Amino acid sequence: MSKGTITNRGKFLKNIRGKIGGISPDKPVEKPDWTVNPQRRVMKDFDQDQLVEVLDKQCHHIHTDFFLTNSESLQETLDQVLASYQTRSIVYSSDNRFHTYQLPEFFKNFAKKPEHEVFKWNDENSEESISFSERADVGITFSDITLAESGTIVLFNRKGQGRSVSLLPRDYIAIVPKSTIVPRMTQATDYVHQQVEKGEEISSCINFITGPSNSADIEMNLVVGVHGPIRAAYIVVEDK
Amino acid sequence: MPMHIGEKDFKARVSKGLQDDFMRGAVRSAQGRLQNNRANAAEELGDWEEWRTLGQQIRQHTVEHLDYYLHQLSEKVAELGGHVFFAETGEEANAYIQQVAKDKNAKKIAKSKSMVTEEISMNDALEDIGCEVIETDLGEYILQIDDHDPPSHIVAPALHKNKEQIRDVFHERLGYAKTEQPEELALFAREKLREEFLSADIGITGCNFAVAESGSFALVTNEGNARMVSTLPKTQITVMGMERIVPGWEELDIVVSLLTRAAVGQKLTSYITALTGPKQIGEADGPEEFHLVIVDNGRSRILGTEFQEALHCIRCAACINVCPVYRHVGGHAYGSIYPGPIGAVLSPLLSDYDEYKELPYASSLCGACTEVCPVKIPLHEQLIMHRRKIVEDEKKSTLSERLAMKGFEQIVQSANLYRTATKMAPFLTTPFSKNNVISKGPGPLRYWTDARDLPQPTQERFRDWFKQRSERGDSE
Repeated sequence: MSKGTITNRGKFLKNIRGKIGGISPDKPVEKPDWTVNPQRRVMKDFDQDQLVEVLDKQCHHIHTDFFLTNSESLQETLDQVLASYQTRSIVYSSDNRFHTYQLPEFFKNFAKKPEHEVFKWNDENSEESISFSERADVGITFSDITLAESGTIVLFNRKGQGRSVSLLPRDYIAIVPKSTIVPRMTQATDYVHQQVEKGEEISSCINFITGPSNSADIEMNLVVGVHGPIRAAYIVVEDK
Repeated sequence: MPMHIGEKDFKARVSKGLQDDFMRGAVRSAQGRLQNNRANAAEELGDWEEWRTLGQQIRQHTVEHLDYYLHQLSEKVAELGGHVFFAETGEEANAYIQQVAKDKNAKKIAKSKSMVTEEISMNDALEDIGCEVIETDLGEYILQIDDHDPPSHIVAPALHKNKEQIRDVFHERLGYAKTEQPEELALFAREKLREEFLSADIGITGCNFAVAESGSFALVTNEGNARMVSTLPKTQITVMGMERIVPGWEELDIVVSLLTRAAVGQKLTSYITALTGPKQIGEADGPEEFHLVIVDNGRSRILGTEFQEALHCIRCAACINVCPVYRHVGGHAYGSIYPGPIGAVLSPLLSDYDEYKELPYASSLCGACTEVCPVKIPLHEQLIMHRRKIVEDEKKSTLSERLAMKGFEQIVQSANLYRTATKMAPFLTTPFSKNNVISKGPGPLRYWTDARDLPQPTQERFRDWFKQRSERGDSE
């Protein structure tokens, strides 16, 4: 990627520097040690089972269906959720974890039924990937990090993990390996901060997804399902 | 839409608000709900005060070193292949955005919610060069369809409208044929706007917080429209007010956690979308080209003054949701896209006292705003500072007020005059009072008594009463 342009910066920042007595731009500013860090105390000593419990409870507040299962029963649970959402078409991201849990096989069987379709996100074919997602009933992804406190699926969108899979279909299902659950946003932002510190490239789009889309713009009444998915389900699975 | 909205005259705007019963009902119930949700979210956290302290420290440090962090941000964005434009004025920002639209030969632009683009009238600038600009936030969409009705709240822009009014607008403008159920209205907007997202040439977003260390920026939304706008169009432009930035991801966690709780009482909104540069090579969706426009538009004038803390604002509207004045007059009465206590502080600073000298007085100074602010901006103290400046430095108080103050000064300087005046007060006010209350005051009193009653001065003066009491030797 070639470097982008920066326009008007010198004058703009000089004006600011004049007002706040700033120092030269090449002299790094040291971030102070903040005197309090309440975020680090939240669910500090919780084990995975306790975090699952918190996540379960939070799902009720965010209008999200919650399921807890193990790797042997995952296909059965998924089948049940898909049936309850009257699913005929599925798009899922290109993620090795689908293989780990033998899901491509399950999808193959699903697609055999009449009028059923399954599409795996394909970066080589952007147009088809987006247009299928747009008309799909359900989008399925694995969660990269899961936040118990807020009931949030964190997705590091990247090659294979298209932004559209969790956005365009009518409903969204996240498969949540139990080990991905952490107390809160702090652990996810720490992870990204460490990536930056190490000079690693960070994902071009990091999505924190908390339940289905909603709006309270009409008389402050909560309407679930606006531009993004109308329903959402999280399936927590014991790691394989 | 520029920053200034509605009629020029403040008193005319206030009377209009006071007479709009529907709007006042809507505001009352919304305020109640939002106040409750915020209070519950804060209580659930347990140590809310500590979170506020941390929020304040982060915002203060960042604004004090704004030049450094903006420099870092722009370097990172450019490294990732994004283009950064620093705009001192709204005109400069608009000219740049127009140029991008022309270069891309853009016809249709889908936009997610952004206050700064309202402030600089970006939509008008784009429409001037023949682009169609579509607001995709449900509230903004409703207002745009309704002949660009101005927003009345920074988080819920269509707060002043009820569902029947929205149904009628959809029916008249878009042929909507269903009921006023919010679910049906929202579903209709979903279908209408889907087509627009898919066919837009450019997506424009605002920016809740930029992250300097990685050149990222975060969008805090519920509906998913900002995700659409940053996923489907080939070109993306993000417009940010220059102070909307934090040093790193650690700080992003805190300001987002404060924002979602203080604004709507949610632990996190449905979508927090953190975007870093254009899409990477090999990715199938996301913008190929990314432009970041950083806007000053009067903000730097606030730096280094006693009002600098106003730039700490994270735009949660908690102060608006508790304000008793906003409750009565509504958002449009402020005449600014930034209403409520933060609007009364910011609008005169971003514009001037000629336009907004009344706003610092549109407050009872009860301090509820200061108490709820998640980053501890001393809002009501800033309003007092404005009043002092307006009266002492700018001499912008009205002639009648200056005369009244002059008269008061003379009366209190003379013992005789003071005695006579306080003795006369009950007799002089008798013609205007009923049951010891003045409901329709004469002259300058009218503005007070239009909105509330004024007790008539009592017959017995405090000094007389106290003297008699001492003589009688009353004791508890």
